[in-house]
Formats: sequence, C-alpha cells, structure tokens
Amino acid sequence: MSTVIEVENLQKSYGPTRAVDGLSFSVEQGEVFGMVGPNGAGKTTTIECVEGLRQPDGGRIRVLGVDPRTERDACVARIGVQLQQSSLPPRLRVGEALDLFASLYPQPAPVGGLLDRMGLTDKRSAPVAKLSGGQRQRLFIALALVSRPELIFLDELTTGLDPQARRSMWDLVREIRSEGRTIFLTTHFMEEAERLCDRVAILDHGKLVALDRPEVLVRSLGVETRIVFTQPPDAPAVPWETVAGVHRVEASGDRVVVEGAGERFVSGVVLALEARRIPFRDLRTEQPTLEDVFLRLTGRAMRE
Amino acid sequence: MRAFVKLSIMALRLYLREPIAAFFVMAFPSLLLVLFGSIYGNTPTPLLGGRGTIDVSMPSYTGLILTTVALMNIPITTSTYRELGVLRRFRASPLRPLAYIAADVSANLLMTLIGMVVLLVMARLIYHVEFSGQLASFLVAVLLSCLAMFSLGYLIAGLAPGARLAQVAGMILLYPMMFLSGAGMPIELLPDSIRRISNFLPLTYAVNLLKGMWFGEAWSAHLLDVAVLGIMVVVLGGLAVRLFRWE
Repeated sequence: MSTVIEVENLQKSYGPTRAVDGLSFSVEQGEVFGMVGPNGAGKTTTIECVEGLRQPDGGRIRVLGVDPRTERDACVARIGVQLQQSSLPPRLRVGEALDLFASLYPQPAPVGGLLDRMGLTDKRSAPVAKLSGGQRQRLFIALALVSRPELIFLDELTTGLDPQARRSMWDLVREIRSEGRTIFLTTHFMEEAERLCDRVAILDHGKLVALDRPEVLVRSLGVETRIVFTQPPDAPAVPWETVAGVHRVEASGDRVVVEGAGERFVSGVVLALEARRIPFRDLRTEQPTLEDVFLRLTGRAMRE
Repeated sequence: MRAFVKLSIMALRLYLREPIAAFFVMAFPSLLLVLFGSIYGNTPTPLLGGRGTIDVSMPSYTGLILTTVALMNIPITTSTYRELGVLRRFRASPLRPLAYIAADVSANLLMTLIGMVVLLVMARLIYHVEFSGQLASFLVAVLLSCLAMFSLGYLIAGLAPGARLAQVAGMILLYPMMFLSGAGMPIELLPDSIRRISNFLPLTYAVNLLKGMWFGEAWSAHLLDVAVLGIMVVVLGGLAVRLFRWE
C-alpha cells in the first residue's frame, strides 16, 4: 500500500481565526478516509488545501507525490473533486455538463456510461436547475469521476439530502471504493463516517482530536453500551451492583436505562431480569457510536 | 483545443437560452431601427452628408450591440457564475483562467456577430440599407471595438464584489454611452455641449471607427480611434486578466 495524501503540520487562518491548526495525517491508497467534526471544525478548509484550491499558511502537503498547488499540472487530471459549494449554469443540461467536463481531461470516462451509473440517463437533457438535490449531487459525483481519478474528494456529500438519497449516496461511495479508488470525504454526520470510512479523523477547532478505524475509536474509549427497557411500576428491585459490567442505572417511572460495558454486560442484565421474573418490554441496546466518542473527547455534543 | 471549442459552444448556447440577454442583442437594436425609422424616415438629408437617418445609424447600432454584450452580458454572466460557484467548479478542473476567458470572449464575439447579422437583414428588408465599405475593414473595426469594450466588461466583473454591483456598474456605463456616443442615436443630432462629453466616452471612438469603415473611409482618417481602442485592449484587457477571480 502506498501513501496517496500526506499532510504535515497544516496551518490556515482567516484573520484572527485559526481554521486549521497544525494538522497532520496521511491517506493510504484504496481506503475511504473520512474527516468528521462539527461545522467550523476546519474540514472544508483542510480538504480544499489538499485539493490545491486554497493556499495554506504553513505546513507541507503532498497529493499523489506532488505539491497540489505548485505542481498542479502533475496531479489535477488524476484527481476528482466534488466541492461543498459549487454549481453549474442553471440552464446547462446534464449531458452537456458532462460532455464539457469530459473535454477538459486527457482520457475521460465515457459520458453515457457515467450517466447510466448515476441513474441520470433519463435526465440527460434536463437543465441543471430542474434536478432534485440527490440528482444534483449524483451529477457532481459524475463530474468528479469523469477524469477516471485515482483519488476522489467528496466534501459534505450528503448534506441537505433526504435519508433515502443519503443511503443511495453511501452505496455509490462503496461502489467507487470497490473500483480501487481512494476516497477522502468530509461529513458532519457521525453515522455516515461510521458506515463508510475505513479510517476516521475527528476534528475540532482545527485540531486533530482522534484518528483511527471507527470501531477502534469506539472501543478504545471504553464508551458504554446502553440498555433501555420498560418494566411494571411494582417490579421488584434488582441489585444492579452485583451484575457484571453495570456502571450506572437510571430509572424514571417505568423506564429504565442501564449503562455498562464488557462482554457479559448485556446477557448479565437480561439474566438478572429473568431471574426475578420481571416482565420487561421494549428492550433495546444502544451501541456507542462515533457521536459518543466525539462527546467524550470534546465534552460537547455534535451540532448540526 | 477541444475544451476551448466545447466551452465556447456552451457559453453561446446558454446565451441563446437566456431570453432577456438574447432580446437585447438580437431584437432591441431592430426595434430601435424601426422606432427611429418611423420618426425620421430614411430620406437623405444634407445635415447627415446626403444620407438618411437609418443609413447613418446602422454602424452606430452595431456599436450598440457590442456595447450591450460588453457591459450587460459580460459583467453579469461572469460575476453571477462567480457568485453561484460555477467558476469554482471549473477551477477544480485542469481548465486555466486564460482558456476560460478566451472561450468566453469567442462566444461573446459570435453572439455580437449574430446580433449584427439580424440587424443588417432587418435594415436591408425594411429600409433597403446599403453597405458601402469594405467587409474585411469593417470586420476588423468590429473586432477591435469588441475587444476594447469587452475588456471594460471583464474589468467590471473583476472589480465588482458581487453580481448586483456588476450589473449596476455595467448599466451606469452603458446608458450614458448609448445616448452620448452616437450608438443609440446619431451624434450629429446632439448639441455641441453634449458632444464635448462624448469625447470622454470610449464608445464614441468605436462608433466613429465603425462608421468610417461602414462608409468605406480610409484607416488613416481614424488613427485616433484605433489608438484609443488599442490602448483600451492592452491596458483594460491586461488589468481584466490580472484581476480575474475564480471566486
């Protein structure tokens, strides 16, 4: 495996605001690398510096072995970019847009095939302005793929999409990855990062808070699993402190939340309830997520 | 080269799909023609050197067309594309700024020529207007005038912080020039005091040159016009390229 992106001590300020403050990471070939964090964490600034669209104040960036600004010609045709804020002329048609961008690259992918793959074939002669949010994003992914890139950047790909369109985007990302392309994406949806990314970098205030595989991040913090259920008001008390793995119990009315960790935690809780013949209902377990990891690391909840 | 052609075609197509822009370039000059034709007629008069009002107005209206493209379309389209993030999207591709500008200039040139052909056909059909110059000379005059006025348009787009301001700035320059430089109405009809102001308007020189070449005058009689327009191309055009911003 070779390194596709190398970032060392990246710095970027806007006036007095330090948008990115000494960020270092690398992205390996073939992986989906995600950058998550709340709005204003520095994700877009970072990805745009790596794309060569922004001039960093300091630090070193290598994309496919070259500097994306000073040696732009050596890498621009090998990458594909989906920008967070960009658009096409409203009256331009879908097919025309793809034809146009295909003409900008030395060996473009066939336009018909791309339209097919993105489910846009019947929208070929529709003006860009008439597309739905999901169709629009698929068009912009098609524009990012038209160069047959080795590396593709997706900045806030699913922001503003409905859940169904979001899921179909996730399928697309997995498909792009299965073709052996490297993907660098940013998102402020923790769930998205958890589902798509091989490795996740968590950013807050322009600094790297954590970087690892999502499941490792979740496990390493020892964040607890939650068990939630309802029980009748007259249920006998359970001596929770004797149950393996239980850390904390909260009961409000007939609703009980048990938090804990460990391999035998879930079965221990269920066995304790069974042993006392408590007719519990609606039991579910809530696995810790990247959301909890973020909360634990920054002391704040992620905001939309 | 393929990108250049595709980009020019795109710009031209989008132009034709924009009803307001297409109206001002293709229909408005013909409407003016008919309006002034119905007021003044096209009878030859000694005041206009033995020609009719429409005869004299023809080259001026070609100047009007190219100025409309230069000061309305170019600043508005360029700054709107910047505001919407269209230019941003291009910037993330291998396209270079100069290639983008070159393609855009070509599309606007073509659009201007289309507008002029429509006007000529109308003038010929309604008022039997004759062209008495040399076509090659006239086309060179059109090209030089376009490049000079377009430079001003791209400069506005480069300087204006937003699309609204670019539009307003274009209008502020367009309207006085339309009436005071001989483009909208024959300068011969204006009083001397106002004609002095005309000397400060760049379009006056374009209209002068276009008229000269339309009536087959010698280039040597228009050295000042050529010089003013040439300086505009070099200075304003150079500035416009330097100040061109993708975002």
